[in-house]
Amino acid sequence: MDVRLVNPFVVAIQRVFESMVHTKARIGRPLLREDGTKSMHDVSGVIGFSGDAAGCVVLSFPMDVACKIATAFAGTEIDENHEDFTDAIGELTNMVAGNAKMQFEGLDISISLPSVIIGGHTIAHPRQSPRIVIPCETDLGGVAIEVCMTVKETPSKKLAQTQGATA
Amino acid sequence: MKILLVDDSRTIRNIQKNVLKQLGHEDINEASDGVEALASIAEERPDLMLVDWNMPNMDGITLIRRVRETDKTLPMIMCTTEAEKTRVLEAIKAGVNDYVVKPFTAESLSVKIERTMAKTV
Repeated sequence: MDVRLVNPFVVAIQRVFESMVHTKARIGRPLLREDGTKSMHDVSGVIGFSGDAAGCVVLSFPMDVACKIATAFAGTEIDENHEDFTDAIGELTNMVAGNAKMQFEGLDISISLPSVIIGGHTIAHPRQSPRIVIPCETDLGGVAIEVCMTVKETPSKKLAQTQGATA
Repeated sequence: MKILLVDDSRTIRNIQKNVLKQLGHEDINEASDGVEALASIAEERPDLMLVDWNMPNMDGITLIRRVRETDKTLPMIMCTTEAEKTRVLEAIKAGVNDYVVKPFTAESLSVKIERTMAKTV
């Protein structure tokens, strides 16, 4: 497992949960899922990456945990029927993705606007990318972070520098 | 003081509103993208803007450039998950007065708002 793909997301979830959800995130042992095993989720926030890294990060929650976390984040009672429920889950996912992106030094990565999936579902990823699941416990319940990402071997900035040096 | 919050996340706008209310600011307008923000500014120029970067229809950096074409003094703080040095420099070049990286605390946002307003008064 490439820790360079794991650590930025571990740091990001800890920062975001401590600052915005006011709870500590305790990180479990990351798992590399190569066998196509899929987990069932109630709520997932999804952000895509493009540029020097392609793939996505998914934050998945059981419904009761998603509601508690959305409530702590927004500072007001939010259940699954509240009009801001998907917005809160999407914005949390956005913060984790953005914070992780910052830690991929030297890479030019863009992130998509968040999407939120509600209702029992599984997430399928391209087979060629490693799928890493980072379990995470909080006082409000468990969260799973799935990272499915491929990083370009020659980042565009490095390529530009090389081309500039030889031009 | 009139403040315009520009962010596609209503949750974030609500969090920002709560921080601003704690600082004694009640006159707050909201926009969910750059297009709505330009319309709001045309109607009533705010005294301060908090602007997200990634938004649909018109993003924050485009909005800041558009505002600076005609208004060189309106105080604007970028409040975004875009934290790389290159992005911060791009925003400063476009004309922001300060930069807040999400996740933020109420304290860090308050400090940036007060610092920006103290410089521009």
